[in-house]
Order: sequence, then structure tokens, then C-alpha cells
Amino acid sequence: MTPELKGYLLLSIIKMLVVFTIIMIGVALLTLMERKVSAWMQNRHGPNRVGWAGLLQPAADGVKNILKEETLPALSNRWLFTIAPALSFIPALLLSAVIPFAAPLPVNFDFTLGPLGRFVHQGPMPMVVADLPVGFLFVLAISSLGVYGIALAGWSSNSKYALLGGLRASAQMISYEVAMGLSLIPVLLMSGDVSFSAIVAHQQASIWYVMPLFISFFVFTIAGFAETNRLPFDMPEAESELITGYHTEYSAMKFSFFFIAEYANVVTVCAMITTLFFGGWDIPFTDWDRSGGLLPTLATWLFFFLKVMFWIFVVMWIRWTLPRFRYDQLMALGWKVMMPLALVYIMVMCTAIYLVERVAGVTDPVIGSLILFALNIGIALLVFGVLDSGVFIRGSGTRQREVLTRGARAATAG
Amino acid sequence: MLEAVFYVFAAVAVVTASMCILSRSAMSAVLWLTATMLSLAALYVLLSAEFIAAIQVLVYAGAVMVLFLFVVMLLNLGQATTDMRGPAALATTIVIAGLLAIQLFALWSYTPARLASEVAQAPQLSDPATLFAAGQIARDEAVSRGVVGAVAVPLFQVYLVPFEITSVLLLAAIVGAVVLAKRRL
Repeated sequence: MTPELKGYLLLSIIKMLVVFTIIMIGVALLTLMERKVSAWMQNRHGPNRVGWAGLLQPAADGVKNILKEETLPALSNRWLFTIAPALSFIPALLLSAVIPFAAPLPVNFDFTLGPLGRFVHQGPMPMVVADLPVGFLFVLAISSLGVYGIALAGWSSNSKYALLGGLRASAQMISYEVAMGLSLIPVLLMSGDVSFSAIVAHQQASIWYVMPLFISFFVFTIAGFAETNRLPFDMPEAESELITGYHTEYSAMKFSFFFIAEYANVVTVCAMITTLFFGGWDIPFTDWDRSGGLLPTLATWLFFFLKVMFWIFVVMWIRWTLPRFRYDQLMALGWKVMMPLALVYIMVMCTAIYLVERVAGVTDPVIGSLILFALNIGIALLVFGVLDSGVFIRGSGTRQREVLTRGARAATAG
Repeated sequence: MLEAVFYVFAAVAVVTASMCILSRSAMSAVLWLTATMLSLAALYVLLSAEFIAAIQVLVYAGAVMVLFLFVVMLLNLGQATTDMRGPAALATTIVIAGLLAIQLFALWSYTPARLASEVAQAPQLSDPATLFAAGQIARDEAVSRGVVGAVAVPLFQVYLVPFEITSVLLLAAIVGAVVLAKRRL
């Protein structure tokens, strides 16, 4: 092995360990955050007994789950029942390897370490474990494998609730994968590349994609909620109908593996939203973040962290605000609304980008993106104001008025 | 080093493929086949076809096999009961295995040097640079756009007509499936 390869491997191993540790600790703290956010929304205190303000609650939960009894349902498939939690956990963790979380950091070292030999690294180190050329295609591919864990957990439990949960999960995740994949095609059209680093670089050169590709962002976010099985799309769990769906029969640490996988998926989806539509680690209105050095790297890392935390908060906010969809509504939304919307949007954006770049000859990416932004305001008004016309998106005020008039009608009829 | 990685994934592909055929429960056959698909994707990465590898995982392991799994779960198939034993089955097995062995033996003589010479002699009809005005510029631009461009240029320039014919065929298949599945439309 050459010293350069050894230096690269050393840095990669360090990055892997750091990212893995951050994700695992972060996921544990997210369970606490979820409970705190829900408590705050329901005017309660939430967990506040273990540690300062309940900060050690995840550790207490972990110890409890390790010490609890592991149960195996009668007539279940022992092998599949055991590997199903791992199958849902591994894809969720794999995804954290490809998302760039800060500006590249220049790292130069040249040292000899006993029998291991010489380690050399020169130049900027990308702050991502693996900067894959296939970028978000890798994320789509690996997240589509996450369904195996859930489906197999449901099937191998030998329980009707678990089986129904597993079936719902597979159907739901396949359906929303289509919309998710289609919603990313406009991103590819804008950036011309699928790799995350190229997408971030293009957003720095122009503007954040949430503005010129608003409908893509909308469809991607909805599909992301459905992919992670979070409310309002948590059909596979649906306590009120299926107990807890696919993990009904699981206990102890296997049960918490599903939760770790769910929160790791939430982190990944939020990081994807941030990277694809909110500039990744970009700090807006300044070029200082690309100047290289320790301080810009730390600042961009903090910015990335804040953006992801904001989206995680939005995910929790929605979970504790909206009621659950009915199953047929969920499928209808996926196939009859999200997929056609994404398809039509691809056609519109293809035409618009062609007109702006080739016919009008706008070469400045900022001006081109702003023209597309203006177009997107029109499309958003059309979609949400005219086409939707109160079917899916309604203010709570409208809903409340409707309930009140219905109530009044019922009162007069009675 | 790369060769060692290749042999690991090739061995996994062969073992999982045989387990898929040999396992008696339909569920484990589906899962072994999924493992085969994943190791094939790893082999594509070793061939520097990252895009094909991602699509392999996305379409085959992530969608097609999930549908298989779905159907097996719904049908609730038990263990396979039909046993392929007896002289007729043995004779068929020997014939098929013999044919495969002959084919593999013939492929053995196909060395990398011979492959390289054949590629060098073949006419480069599929090169967009020779087919289109400004084809060279378009190709360089698209290939510089990463892994997707390298697939997109041949697909949407040189092989556009076959591509469109394939999509019409797929559309016909979809319409046919809908007609068959829904008798009363």
C-alpha cells in the first residue's frame, strides 16, 4: 500500500467512527426530543426525572431494553425474526455515509507510525464518509431496501397484526418510492449531476433549490414522511387498528432496533431535504464558507446541523399535530396525486429550463434560477389554490367552520 | 486487491443463487435471490458501472423482489412438496449440467487479449461523434456530467429509436396487465 492510500484509509476510518457515533448518540437524543416536543405541544413536562431535565432518559431506556426478556412467538420463523431488526437498521445507518455535512477541510499530514509505515495526506478532505458519484441514486436504492426489515418482521412474527403491518409497509414504501424518485428528476435537470457534492456546489453558485423547484421539494417531503413511516403516514404501526403493527411481537433490544432505524431514517430524510433543497452546508449570502480552513468547516457544519435540526423539529411538529390518514386515502394520495403531480412537474420544468437556458440564452445561474422561481410561484398558486381547491390542503379555519355548520345542521334536524 | 473483492462477491453470488434454487420455502428463496441481486450490484461497481449498480439495487432488489415477497406473503405458500427425484429427473439434470459445462469450457478460451482485439476491430457505429453534427461536443459535455451522462448519451442519441420502441412495448404490457387484472373497467 502506498502512503497516500494509507492516509486516505486512516481518514476514512476516523470519519466512519465519528459519523457512526454522532448518528447513534443523536438517535438516542432524538427519542428524548420527540417526547419533549410532544410534551411541549400537549402542555406537559415530558421526561424530567433521569439526569438534568431528563437528559439521561435515553440511557435509562437503553439499559431497560437490554435487561428485558427477549420473547420469541410460538411458530414464528426464528431466523427471520432475529435478522429483521438488523435488516431495517443497517440500510438506515448506511445512508448517513453519503451526505456531505460540512465544507471540505484541508488536512495535511506526513508521519510514520511504527510497523504500520508512513501515512500521507495532502489537500482538502471532503467532509463525507463516501462521496459517491451516484449520489442520491444510492440513497434511493438503499432506502428501498429498508422495506425488507419491516416486511420480514411482520411476516416472521406469525401474528395477524404484525403481518398486516408488514404488508401495509411494503405497499406504502413501494408506492411512495415512485413519487420520491420522480420528484428528484428536476433536481438532476437543474444541477446536471446526481452526486451530493455537485448539487451543493451548484446551489452555492445559484440559489437554494427550494425556490426554483418548489413542487419537487413538496413532493419529496411528503414522500419522505411516507418512506419513514412517520405520522400522518404511520399506517404500518397504526396503534388504534394494529396494536403497533410489524413490531407487535418484538421485545427488549430488538424492539428498540426498529426505533433506532426509524429515527436514523428521519435524520437521513431531513439531511436529504437540507442537501437537495436547502443548500446543504451552504451559508447563504457569503463566499467565506468556501474559503477553506478549520473555521469555515466548523461554521458550515454548525449551519448544516441547524438546518437538519429544524427539519427534524418539523417532522415531530407534524407528528403531534396531524391525525393519521386512512389507508385508502394514503394510497390515493400517493398514486393519484403525488405521482401525476411529479410527472407533470418534470415536463414543465424540462420545458422551462430549456427555454431559459437554450432559447433565451440566460447563462448566469442566479438569474436563470430566479426566473424559474417566479415560474414556480405561479405553479404553486395553481396547484395549491386552483387544482387542490380545498381537497387536501385546507386551513383549520375552513375545517372548523365546516364542522360547526354540520353541527348546527344536525342540531336543527334533530 | 480488486480481484480479491471480485472473488468474494462472485462467491456470494454463486452461493446465494444456489441457495435460492435449493431452499424449500418460497420465502427464503426470495430472500436468497435478493442477496444474489445485491452481490451482482457490487460486481457492477467493480466494473465501474456505478449507475447500473444503483439501478440494479433500486429496481431489482428494492422493487421487483419486494413485489415477489409481497406475493409470497399474501399467498402464504408452505414448503415445496413436489420432489424432483427418479431416473427421468436425474437424466435431465445430467444433460443440462453437461451443456452448461461445455459452454463454460468454451468461454474459458475467451481471454482478455482476444476480447480486446475483437473490440478494436469492430466498427464503431455506436459513437455519437460519428453520427451527429456536434456529436463530439455533446458527448464530451454529457460524459463530464458524471455517471448518468455516460448512460444517457448513448440511450437518448444513438439508441433513441430502440429505446422508444421498448417503451411502447412496456406500455402495451402495462395496458395488458391492467386489462387482465380488471375484467370490469
